[in-house]
Amino acid sequence: MCVECGCGTAVPFGIKVLSVLAPGLLRATSAPAAPAPEPPAKAVDLRIPLLAKNDRQAAQNRAEFARRRMLALNLVSSPGAGKTTLLGRTLDEFGLTTRCAVVVGDLETDNDARRLARSHAPVAQITTGTACHLDAEMVAKSAGALDLAGVRVLFIENVGNLVCPAEFDLGETLRVVLLSTTEGEEKPLKYPPIFKTAHIVLMTKVDVADALGFDRKLAAENVRRIAPQAKLIEVSARSGEGLADWYEVLRAALPPA
Amino acid sequence: MHELGIMESAMSTVLAQAREHGARQVHRIVLRIGALAGVEPQALRFAFEIVSRGTPADGAELAVENVPARVHCADCAADFDVAGGFVFTCPRCRALCADLRQGRELELARIEMT
Ligand SMILES: Nc1nc2c(ncn2[C@@H]2O[C@H](COP(=O)(O)OP(=O)(O)OP(=O)(O)O)[C@@H](O)[C@H]2O)c(=O)[nH]1
Ligand SMILES: [Mg+2]
Ligand SMILES: [Zn+2]
Repeated sequence: MCVECGCGTAVPFGIKVLSVLAPGLLRATSAPAAPAPEPPAKAVDLRIPLLAKNDRQAAQNRAEFARRRMLALNLVSSPGAGKTTLLGRTLDEFGLTTRCAVVVGDLETDNDARRLARSHAPVAQITTGTACHLDAEMVAKSAGALDLAGVRVLFIENVGNLVCPAEFDLGETLRVVLLSTTEGEEKPLKYPPIFKTAHIVLMTKVDVADALGFDRKLAAENVRRIAPQAKLIEVSARSGEGLADWYEVLRAALPPA
Repeated sequence: MHELGIMESAMSTVLAQAREHGARQVHRIVLRIGALAGVEPQALRFAFEIVSRGTPADGAELAVENVPARVHCADCAADFDVAGGFVFTCPRCRALCADLRQGRELELARIEMT
């Protein structure tokens, strides 16, 4: 290689001389005369996604989900916005007629998986340890550990976090962002990147909106301003309000069997 | 701190490139970061210092090239740059827009090495 010998002959990329001279390279230069010539520096222009590895795995996941004619949803929210509660009820109602599976991510404990365990729906827990989000490889491994025969919908409950999951494609068909009434109406304005990527926004815990003085109209308007692309559904996993709409959206998004 | 995970992934690409080109020292790395990429350049720098330690990229300069958000209006077909903020209002027809054509970039753009 010409870097080794400093010959500067044809290399398949741009060459630019830098002022910084790496120690140890002079030895190898063929011209011993002083002052020593600077070794050729290489500058490579690229366009490689920083998350190239995750993106590749996500594309594989997406292809695998499509091959299985499965709808995959990535559920993202702040901690405690109601993902597990909503999924539990969804399994009990929607899941009775449409086979579902869940992979759920948390930093620690398998509490959520135990809460979601149903005889009619395979569930896997991912404990991420320190990672504040799921990545495509975790999803591939956990989904691969489940019996997905006949499963039409795979719910992926992400780690409770409104920031970090945004950049990590899991290969999902749809991204669902939950905004609970306990968090205030401004959440979409404060955490826009994740809302920008949402296909569906669920306003959760609307049963307690009045008690909290939460302005549903204002929150809906904030969602619309930041995420006009997203379908907004106002739901309560407690009272059941809006769940029929949620199930209808799921049904409509199912890939043809 | 997802910047750490992002930088770890980026570093493996940088080091693979350095190996491929027979480089011993990486001097400068340029990233292209979209305005809506959702990463904090300061946190990226901090993460870079951690993950580059003891590698051929140790001590390299990390430069960030910012990419502005560019949006397409579905109503009037105008393309416009977003000056700031996250509400994309079409300057021509005032419609709220979501079709982001540019601004989510999170890319390795350039490596300078010897
Ligand atoms: N009033 C009301 N409370 C709810 C509703 N859904 C969830 N909760 C409560 O909110 C709390 C958190 O709910 P979870 O379902 O565990 O939230 P999560 O998003 O899965 O939480 P993490 O996995 O820790 O991020 C629990 O105490 C639930 O009982 C709802 O629709 N109405
Ligand atoms: Mg949960
Ligand atoms: Zn317009």
